Amino acid sequence: MPVLCSSCSEKRAVLKRPKTGHSLCKACFFWAFEEEVHHTIVTAKLFKPGETVGVAASGGKDSTVLAHVMKLLNQRHGYGLELMLISVDEGITGYRDDSLETVKRNQQQYDLPLKIVSYEELYGWTMDAIVKQVGLKNNCTFCGVFRRQALDRGAVMLKVDKICTGHNADDVAETVLMNVLRGDIARLRRCTAISTASEGDGVVPRCKPLKYAYEKEIVLYAYFKKLDYFSTECIYSPNAYRGYARTFLKDLESIRPSSIMDIIHSGENLSVRDGVKMPVQGTCSRCGYISSQALCKSCVLLEGLNRGLPKLGIGKHHRLHEKLLSQQPLTESEQRKLKPVDF
Amino acid sequence: MCQVEEEYHEQLERVDRLSLSQKCMKCKEEPAVVVVRAGDAYCRSCFRESFIHKFRAMLGKTRVIFPGEKVLLAVSGGPSSCSMLRQVQEGVGHNAHKKLRFLPGIVHIDEGGALGQSIEMRRKKTSDLQQMFRSTGFPFYIVPLEQVLDLPGSVLVAPSARSDRPDSAYKAAVDLFLQSGGGSDPAGPRQENGQESLLDVHESRTRLLEQLMDSVQTQTAKLDLLNTLRQHLLVHTARKHSYSKLMLGDSCTRLAVRLLTSISLGRGAQLAQDTGFSDCRYGDVVAVRPMREYSAKEIAFYNHLFKVPTVAVPNLETKTSDKSSIQRLTESFVTKLQTDFPSTVSTIYRTGEKLQTACRFSSAAEDSDRCLLCLSSLEPGAEEASALQATLLSERLSQTRGPLSSVPVEPEPAAVGRCCSSGPCGGADCNAGCSSSPTGPQVAGMRSLLCYSCQRTVRDMSSVHHLPPYVLSEAHRRQKRSAMKEQISQFLLDGAEEHD
Repeated sequence: MPVLCSSCSEKRAVLKRPKTGHSLCKACFFWAFEEEVHHTIVTAKLFKPGETVGVAASGGKDSTVLAHVMKLLNQRHGYGLELMLISVDEGITGYRDDSLETVKRNQQQYDLPLKIVSYEELYGWTMDAIVKQVGLKNNCTFCGVFRRQALDRGAVMLKVDKICTGHNADDVAETVLMNVLRGDIARLRRCTAISTASEGDGVVPRCKPLKYAYEKEIVLYAYFKKLDYFSTECIYSPNAYRGYARTFLKDLESIRPSSIMDIIHSGENLSVRDGVKMPVQGTCSRCGYISSQALCKSCVLLEGLNRGLPKLGIGKHHRLHEKLLSQQPLTESEQRKLKPVDF
Repeated sequence: MCQVEEEYHEQLERVDRLSLSQKCMKCKEEPAVVVVRAGDAYCRSCFRESFIHKFRAMLGKTRVIFPGEKVLLAVSGGPSSCSMLRQVQEGVGHNAHKKLRFLPGIVHIDEGGALGQSIEMRRKKTSDLQQMFRSTGFPFYIVPLEQVLDLPGSVLVAPSARSDRPDSAYKAAVDLFLQSGGGSDPAGPRQENGQESLLDVHESRTRLLEQLMDSVQTQTAKLDLLNTLRQHLLVHTARKHSYSKLMLGDSCTRLAVRLLTSISLGRGAQLAQDTGFSDCRYGDVVAVRPMREYSAKEIAFYNHLFKVPTVAVPNLETKTSDKSSIQRLTESFVTKLQTDFPSTVSTIYRTGEKLQTACRFSSAAEDSDRCLLCLSSLEPGAEEASALQATLLSERLSQTRGPLSSVPVEPEPAAVGRCCSSGPCGGADCNAGCSSSPTGPQVAGMRSLLCYSCQRTVRDMSSVHHLPPYVLSEAHRRQKRSAMKEQISQFLLDGAEEHD
């Protein structure tokens, strides 16, 4: 006997919702998924009418679904938003060039303007070149730090008011776990926030409309909507430590599917003790970007690359910031420590 | 953070091979016999000294246990709590260098009834424990878990702590204690020998307990519920014998696991209470965790080297697979990660340290503002954009399509109580099944009395009617009271506090 959809009780159910365990038909699932994102957007007051919003698009499933849903809800509920796609080209052959093709197709399909900012034009380095210098160790640090800033730069160029990213519930829950495992209380406190406040010039507020959407449901949505997305792991990121957290989360989900939401709930309700030292936000004295140090991470990383001392930005070398700012040369022992490791 | 070769690997990897000729890092004379943490090799006597010192320092630093106070030690028979018992024994002993000046007692909860153990097995185990406890000379109580069925409702009502004693009060109390010549022989007049009769459990009570456990359908919820009930029974026992502190033997390793478990179960708001040094949610009985800076490994070494007796007591998690429950999964995750990254446990533990530990609800909070089961304060009206609301919405949207326009989500009635309200079943035979028990609370309303995580636990139960009577009657009382309040709400002035 076919299972009937638990929502409309008419059509045959085609899937079991990973989030709630209910069996739904295609139409009811689409509708529930979209309404939930809508609810998130409305209750968290993510956008105001008339705003220009950049959708961070990588070509992967999350951002493809995000672009699709944003476009759809904007029309359905009359948000009055102007949407654009922003992509970052890290310069990874065999990975990003392919996924950018997907983004370009999405641009056609959704009829949205697209802006691609590349590491090469912003920093003068592609990830391929960076990996050539630093090796496969710590390369993700460069990529992550640069991408954050690149998105902001792209957003400023396009003059958008907000950026939305495709982070889903699994990502948020995983980050909560990661920050506990790393003891990073400052990040633990802010990682569950659905949107970042506007932090000053050059930094565009960000939000995560898919924060409460399960990764599995995003894949289901993309699958049944036959969305065109690119799914390949980055060739440079085997994700070791985060991998542990990820596996753990998936195991938790298999025991109790609500775990993902439960973890986010925990994260939203943590209270941090008074008197725990928190980093103070300032601006980078070189590029003006937000930074808790004299120099922002991406300037330090870049300086390291340009001087041939890639480890300069890896780990904590705050004491060297003064020297870098005043253009003093580094001592020989300092240099030796920061050179790439020869194999 | 995300590459194969972590950069902090270098610091984490064991520095050098251990050698037998290594000297103790402290006295630098004796040969080392134990490596507590990477690089820290101790000789026997230095290890012992540091272990004992840590315990005293923890109690001294926190200033929670006052001289002359009655302190009840919860001993399960496992390594950590037995090690704690040994520390207290050494501390109050006559030849102790710096005497601990409180009056200890021991409590053990026998959970055999929840595990379906035979009465012979339970007797055997308790007599082993009894022997161990008797040798300490402290009063002790061995309480079968079945007693949780006969608890008074007052367990769920936390009386406010007698007074918020300021920091200076501690010193004054110590001085007073010394002047009055207290502590001359705390063990002198053998206090009421609190040996409660050995397991006089009526079979019918055991069966009720079994029914309760069987009504919980997942192992995760079972463990969570058992934990709550055990806690209630411990607090009750302490109160009954007028102990004002409850000492728990949670080690650093255990607390790290608990922290991660609590997060995974949605207990974020209670984290600090669940893992901090002191937990004052029960008001007049404060739970303290003096073993929280010892790793499980350190305790195991100590117990082995100094022959601390333990009694192997099986529990619900014994012989279960890693994926049988969230608690078990988390434990294996943490211990496995710990072998690869030796700072895992201490990092997680230190994360907990940075969380709010102050008792936010000292006396002001009304009972109805606390979770019926775990007594943590209920989150004040969750924000609209929250994981809680998002989950409720998902559930609502996946069920029979109602009027959609109303986006603000009303809490959906608990799954258990649904059959009356909506289902096609006729009212007549339904009445019998759903609301038969006269004192039984309305199940649907139970949800509002529970915190997020306890709601999850109760959801995994086939029927809440198996919950012990004191929980049900207290639920009933609170529901009545809130219904009353609703009736008169328009006549209440804002900010009016009721004083009873």
